[in-house]
Amino acid sequence: MSGRRKVAFAVVHIHVLIALVLGGAAVPAFAEPARAPWSPTNIFAPVSTPAEWIFDLSRFVLTVTAAIFAVVFSLLVYAVVKFRQRRGSNGREPAQVYGSTQVELAWTVIPILIVLVLFLAAARVIASIQNAARPSNAIEVTVIGHQFWWEYRYPSLKVVTANELHIPVSDPAHPTPTFLTLLSADTDHSFWVPRLAGKTDLIPNHPNSTWMDPRETGLYLGQCAQYCGTQHAKMLLRVYVQMPDEFDRWIQEQSRPAQISDTISEGQKIFERTACINCHAVRGTAANGRFGPDLTHLMSRDTIASGAALNTPDNLRRWVKDPSVIKPGSKMPAMGLSDPDLNAVTTYLESLR
Amino acid sequence: MSTESIAWSTPQVAAQRPVVERLHDWVTTVDHKRLGILYILYALVFLVIGGVEATVLRIQLIRPHNDFVSPQVFNRMFTMHGTTMIFFAVMPILFGFANYLIPLMIGARDMAFPRLNAFSFWLTAFGGLLLYFSFVGGDGLYGAGNAPDVGWFAYAPLTSKTFSVGHSTDFWTLSLLVSGFGSIGTAINIITTVLCMRCPGMTLGRMPLLAWLNLTMAGLVVLAISPLTAAQLMLLVDRYLGGHFFDTQAGGSAVMWMHFFWVFGHPEVYVLVIPAFAFASEIIPVFSRKAIFGYPVMVAATICIAFIGMSVWAHHMFTVGMSAAGNTFFVLSTMAIAVPTGIKIFNWLATIWGGQIDFKTPMLFCVAFLFQFLIAGLTGIMLGAAPFNWQLGNSYFVIAHFHYVIVGAILFTLFGAFYYWFPKMSGRMYNEALGKLHFWLFVIGFHLTFDFMHIPGILGMPRRIYTYEPGRGWDTWNLIITIGVFFQAAGLLVFIGNLLWSYRRGKVAGSDPWDAWTLEWSTTSPPPTYNFATIPAIKSRRPLWDLKHPEDPDWQYE
Repeated sequence: MSGRRKVAFAVVHIHVLIALVLGGAAVPAFAEPARAPWSPTNIFAPVSTPAEWIFDLSRFVLTVTAAIFAVVFSLLVYAVVKFRQRRGSNGREPAQVYGSTQVELAWTVIPILIVLVLFLAAARVIASIQNAARPSNAIEVTVIGHQFWWEYRYPSLKVVTANELHIPVSDPAHPTPTFLTLLSADTDHSFWVPRLAGKTDLIPNHPNSTWMDPRETGLYLGQCAQYCGTQHAKMLLRVYVQMPDEFDRWIQEQSRPAQISDTISEGQKIFERTACINCHAVRGTAANGRFGPDLTHLMSRDTIASGAALNTPDNLRRWVKDPSVIKPGSKMPAMGLSDPDLNAVTTYLESLR
Repeated sequence: MSTESIAWSTPQVAAQRPVVERLHDWVTTVDHKRLGILYILYALVFLVIGGVEATVLRIQLIRPHNDFVSPQVFNRMFTMHGTTMIFFAVMPILFGFANYLIPLMIGARDMAFPRLNAFSFWLTAFGGLLLYFSFVGGDGLYGAGNAPDVGWFAYAPLTSKTFSVGHSTDFWTLSLLVSGFGSIGTAINIITTVLCMRCPGMTLGRMPLLAWLNLTMAGLVVLAISPLTAAQLMLLVDRYLGGHFFDTQAGGSAVMWMHFFWVFGHPEVYVLVIPAFAFASEIIPVFSRKAIFGYPVMVAATICIAFIGMSVWAHHMFTVGMSAAGNTFFVLSTMAIAVPTGIKIFNWLATIWGGQIDFKTPMLFCVAFLFQFLIAGLTGIMLGAAPFNWQLGNSYFVIAHFHYVIVGAILFTLFGAFYYWFPKMSGRMYNEALGKLHFWLFVIGFHLTFDFMHIPGILGMPRRIYTYEPGRGWDTWNLIITIGVFFQAAGLLVFIGNLLWSYRRGKVAGSDPWDAWTLEWSTTSPPPTYNFATIPAIKSRRPLWDLKHPEDPDWQYE
């Protein structure tokens, strides 16, 4: 093999390798979307109609682009290998070709047709998702993005919660989709739970909406997908899809005021005496702040700090003591509580079930 | 006119003068070649700085919950990386090559406005310094400074006084304003030069493609930088004069900033990639030993890309909640770009077809460009299908896609251009073995980093996160991506070493080391200040081909 030929083959080899890697990455994701997700946030493992439609479209787009890739790639490889300079060409120049109208026309018209097909396919999915009818039994949730957490309000169900969204599973025969109204309290955010739907931004002064109808129960993960400041990375999304009766029970529990004892505990006194209540609400008590998450049923949540830490007594205490240990840049200040006060507040928070 | 009028000039002997005097020459120069080299050297410094910033980002993301840097530092690094690479590395390098090459290729003695040229360069240079001065002065005059951390597209209202205290955002705004005026100056200069300074016989239809493509690029710069400048002024009014353009708490619109930014931002992609096409359109024919295939179609496709490119900006905004009709329009315009872009790839392919490819380093980079640009275009189609974009947008898939364009296409052809024109600029040949080593290190690094970067995007990893949770299936990919960075860094070091070594020790190149066909190769390497002893007169697109093949000149066929 001559030196030039080696180079030509090496150039080709590395690109064949890329083709295999890119192709290989796509194949397992196609095979068993729901059961082999690869990742809890795989866009190719949809369990809800919008994500499903997007997945169908993406399969079509990937097939078309893969076909284009195969054809052009093969031509390029062929040309690079076949027309490399050989020894003994005597320095004679190859035949000079300046162009060809027929050929140019062919590779203009064919791409136009392909583009039209892709456009029509995409346009159909855009219309289906964006203009989907909102059935009367749809669950309505208002999502408000904050630096760096999520507020969820169920206006018709009188529930306010944070960071962990609960929605009912939707039976394809009798769909109960959830429609989200997306608002922002400060900067831009984006709501993205890949297995349920594509992302939609939450922009101040610019209400948006999206919807989902998951057909399998479970916990679906995601996170903020529009840079919103220091802790953009730990603005995690958790969506709990529940059976209808389970969801109803959850709504029941969440719509009640805080379940606290008649005698006001030491922790509650400290909580209400310090700046905690400027930002946090505990329904049924004096605390009615709105800048931070509603804590009425804090202990019903699995995580704190928008999914950044598990909701364990130890983490809770660490968080109250100094939020920046878990989430540097969090808007919640360290209150500088003494150890006994800290313990009392933590105990009080743990009583908010 | 006969081709004899292209004279092979004799090399000059430069007398050694004191360093201070020579530096003074460089600072006060209005010569397009020196300004071109100044642009290029200045941009190379920023390329290295931007590369270091990228390396910091990648080390931080090598594993989940890494704490190599704080979130604040990470956010500043990605803002500075993006801003530096777009505005102070790639754009000035391209302007540098345009400055250096256009007069030489169209047979002129300088740009149309030499003093405007110098002014533009120094504005751009000052803009870059201003951006980096934020590290010192970002918090005001009290010692500590901070770089901006609002992201390179600086979405409102994150840039408002409420969310961005101190002056870091102001440094960002002002540096882009100042360098923006520099860019517009250079663009006007390029347009005027190409339209008015061509040598006798060089009709528009006989211009080298590089001149055509840079003309188109310059037109786009004028159209695209203006809205950016307007937006920056509005932002300053918001921040200091109580305006409410983007102040959402007083009824302003965050979405309007997005429109202003992207109506600049997308044409900007073409501002960067069209000169890359220009390099490929000069290098590929010479190293395939064939004339460019379909010259008029290449010109038409370029202009077509520029026109359509002005109407696709909102495909960066598919997730901001536009109407279905709006989204549908931008899908169509975005996909339409694939047609002229495809035509270009096919024409380069047809140029190679039937040729005798000589795999010198410039050609290696251009061949890799063809493969990589093909993939970049196809992932672009995926992102152009709005619903698919609702999943892929703002994920690592997007990062992979546009780095495939900016590194895989633009930087690769730029490296090709460096090696191709280095003998002309310095008078000496680069080292071919080191050039090939650079190529292979960079190809391996590029593909390790940017091929695998598509995957975490598909698996739901958003961009601009300083850390991520384990158990998302992202860990291995991120490790591989980071490993690739070190190959690229090594390649870049070899490249710079090669340039430095060859500048002193390289073989003397002579006027025309590549047996090429355009006018810059008819003068000495490096060319004299006046470029041509006598202004050449030409009869075809490849005047030096005509000179070398009097029995079969191009003008018989064109």
